[in-house]
Amino acid sequence: MTTLMLLALAVPVAGAALIALLRKSPNAREAASLVTAGALFAIVLRIYRAVSGGARPEITLAEPLPGIRIALEAEPLGVLFALIASFLWIVTTAYSIGYMRGHHEKNQTRFYLFFAFAIASVMGVAFAGNLFTLFAFYEVLSLATFPLVTHAGTEKAKRAGRVYLGVLFSTSVVFQLLGIVWVYAVAGTVDFEPGGILRGNVGAGLVPVLLALFVFGIGKAAVMPFHRWLPAAMVAPTPVSALLHAVAVVKAGVFAVLKVTVYVFGFEFVAETGASVWLMWAAAATIILGSLVAFTKDNLKARLAYSTVSQLSYVVLGAMLANGLGVIGSGMHIAMHAFGKITLFFCAGAIMVAAHKSEVSQLNGLGRRMPVTFAAFLIGTLSIVGLPPTGGAWSKWFLGVGSVEAGQIGLVAVLMLSSLLSLAYLLEIPLRGFFGKEEDGDHGRVHGDGGAPAEAHAQHGAPGEAHAHHGAPRWSVAAIAVTAAACVALFVYPEPFYRLMTMVAGQ
Amino acid sequence: MSAHLPILQVVVPLLAAPLCLFLKRGRVAWGLAVLASWAALAIAIALLGQVTQQGVLSYAIGDWAPPIGIEYRVDIVNAWVLVIVSGIGAIVAPYAMASVEREVEAGRIPLFYAAYLLCLSGLLGITITGDMFNVFVFLEISSLSAYALIALGQARRALTSAFRYLIMGSVGATFIVIGIGLLYVMTGTLNMVDLAQLLPGVWDSRTVRVAYGFLAVGFCLKLALFPLHLWLPNAYTYAPSAVTAFMASTATKVAVYMLLRFFLTIFGPVFSFDVMALDRVVLPLALVAIASMSLVAIFQVNVKRLLAYSSVAQIGYMILGLSFATVTGLTATLLHLFNHALMKGALFMAMGCVMYRIGSVHINAMAGLGRRMPWTMAAFVAGGLSLVGVPLTVGFVSKWYLILGALERGWWPVAILVLLASLLALVYIWRVVEAAYFRDFPGDELTREAPWTLLGPTWALVALNLYFGIDAGRTAGIARQAAEVLMAGIGP
Repeated sequence: MTTLMLLALAVPVAGAALIALLRKSPNAREAASLVTAGALFAIVLRIYRAVSGGARPEITLAEPLPGIRIALEAEPLGVLFALIASFLWIVTTAYSIGYMRGHHEKNQTRFYLFFAFAIASVMGVAFAGNLFTLFAFYEVLSLATFPLVTHAGTEKAKRAGRVYLGVLFSTSVVFQLLGIVWVYAVAGTVDFEPGGILRGNVGAGLVPVLLALFVFGIGKAAVMPFHRWLPAAMVAPTPVSALLHAVAVVKAGVFAVLKVTVYVFGFEFVAETGASVWLMWAAAATIILGSLVAFTKDNLKARLAYSTVSQLSYVVLGAMLANGLGVIGSGMHIAMHAFGKITLFFCAGAIMVAAHKSEVSQLNGLGRRMPVTFAAFLIGTLSIVGLPPTGGAWSKWFLGVGSVEAGQIGLVAVLMLSSLLSLAYLLEIPLRGFFGKEEDGDHGRVHGDGGAPAEAHAQHGAPGEAHAHHGAPRWSVAAIAVTAAACVALFVYPEPFYRLMTMVAGQ
Repeated sequence: MSAHLPILQVVVPLLAAPLCLFLKRGRVAWGLAVLASWAALAIAIALLGQVTQQGVLSYAIGDWAPPIGIEYRVDIVNAWVLVIVSGIGAIVAPYAMASVEREVEAGRIPLFYAAYLLCLSGLLGITITGDMFNVFVFLEISSLSAYALIALGQARRALTSAFRYLIMGSVGATFIVIGIGLLYVMTGTLNMVDLAQLLPGVWDSRTVRVAYGFLAVGFCLKLALFPLHLWLPNAYTYAPSAVTAFMASTATKVAVYMLLRFFLTIFGPVFSFDVMALDRVVLPLALVAIASMSLVAIFQVNVKRLLAYSSVAQIGYMILGLSFATVTGLTATLLHLFNHALMKGALFMAMGCVMYRIGSVHINAMAGLGRRMPWTMAAFVAGGLSLVGVPLTVGFVSKWYLILGALERGWWPVAILVLLASLLALVYIWRVVEAAYFRDFPGDELTREAPWTLLGPTWALVALNLYFGIDAGRTAGIARQAAEVLMAGIGP
């Protein structure tokens, strides 16, 4: 069992090496990426089977300081995160093949290489057995994703990279690390234990301070005011935004918040001390403000980014509710938002490759040419908003019930308001796509889904002009279809994630 | 043989030094220096082994029993410092060959190695001796040879920098010798153990307190505690690269050791902390050093100078650990002595590689070097991450203990300042990284990676940075033991 966890870390690293070796032949390189992703998912699936059967494999790799170990442990919450990240890596790799080629990106080997490193560190975060290990992999993840954010190499990308690393490093070093050392100073350990390690070791006055150090110190959770790095990271190629900045990196953040709440503080202990009440409202403020800012963004990726900022705080909110239902909702939302938001980003990328459109106001009528993409966007929207028949409905449900149980009726109102807001700013896109009036002069530049340019050529002539553009690549459309279908499937069958989360909440 | 290790520790490099003068050819002198420094490292490791097994070693020179004769006294504290100093000496010596041939006139190369070995034996002597006046003698040996080494730098400003260091260093040494003299007047002994027994009887005398003050100023000058650091940036900037790597990792460390030895072993923690309030005096200086020097480093364009200012800030960390006046705090200090030697050594050696190939360490001259000299710049990045204190590097270990020490005292603002300062370190390291990796290379196409004779030692230090970051159990254990010894004192 423990070897499986080591493999989960080693396989992406080995994949990275393979990618570097095969840099001369793009087809072999991409095949290596896909095979690695598939192998990783198979490994995580086996860990999932064991853990849902009650096993808790753990392994210590090193002991840098007395009592501070680099250790891996598989528990339900980590498995949930690893499952999502590894599955979506397969889909994203497929999507990237279409996108990166269709978009003529440079340095593709470096792209796939660091992508694999990033996934390896995500696995490290997911299976971290204590705070120190979590912190180490968290920092490695920031470093591994930096070359992806600055991929374009332009001045703008460099500036964004500075914001990205600056915010993530400063919050983690100043707040999170301080929190970790503080926990060690009072509890004498930093291991994750069911029920937490702080009960009986700290005065009630210190608990809110420590909890705040983690909530704000885990900058990847993007709780305002430490959210600026996420919109900045949108200069990256779209597959990076899709997997890392809608799933892996940001979810590593909220996952860490949830994990710390459950396994370091113990959510019952948090509830007893009332440490999280004001943090609930900090999260609620981020939910509303993020949605409001998203409204003002015309750039599609920026709008999605602020939507992510808002949605991440749902997960933080669920953790701060500090009751079983809240924790379940929080964990479920990690999963549901991942599938929903990655679909939206995939669509945004497909639109960019096929139609060279990046602003919402330019999308009028595009849906008729790219029906699959815009239909998928609609499904993703429904899931983000939390409407049936999509998986998002479940996590919103549990979060709402959790708020009621915590006695915070105000938060239920926040959740409802935010749902309305996100419905408004996201639904605008498929509505414009399907019902908007197409501007003149754009004919022939769009080649529709599935990369079939022949038809467009025939209809709109100007083969010379059309030559420069491509349809949404087949690989990408397939990926979009898979994640959109998954959003619907999770409504019908949320069982695996639900069961894992009840194990976390019902310890 | 093994009974004589304490004296051999000093005598081997000390005797090898004049031999270098007779060897006309630079390479031969270099070979001798490498052998002598490796022998010194082997002896230091053997001594550390003996001390951990047998406890304190006392060696009477010429069999004249202490306190009359000169005693060499090795306990866990100075055995640890001996390993640091001789270890850096042994890694820099092989590195020096190519670097020195590029930066120093051929005729002066044997002189260089003579001075190098003298400096090494002086530093080892300060560390190992149990006799106060002997400390001063070795201090002069190491300082004078250090001035000569710095003056060998290429730029003409090396001469003024060396002269400035000479003035400041001599002022420091004078303060120290006055302090030693006053203590001798009061107690009639120069032996450290003897002093520790006798001093509590005369604690109340003004002379002893004045002596304490003189010593404190002298040590702080030598270890470059803010605001007595003014000699350091120029000296490190203009010295030959190998000298900078060696001095930055050893000279200030030995000065910190001197301070700990005098104030905690001889005067004792009770006198230092409770009577003289040493902790409260150095705390603000350490904090200002950390904050202001990190800020100054950000605005430097010469990377060696940038690292020099960073060194002053890092010395602040060591003194900060002392100012906690706890075992955890001192553990942080002693760990950081070792860890900082590893990281600054690696960083300055990487700069030596750059100097070797492009003849400048100006930040603009380093544009695009990430592609031209990938191994050199990777070493710089690794050393830089360690300096910042990223987990799994030695820098993290130091930071961990410092913050733990601060929290133990309940000084959480200090902990936050330490963390903020590591962000400043990230900023100044990042400036170099951006220049090297995100800008285009303006120089000629022929610029290649540095030779392996330079890269080998550099990467050896980088590897140690990582190894002791992942497995810090042993180093932290020794540092804690040493801190306990220091905090216990040896007085009555």
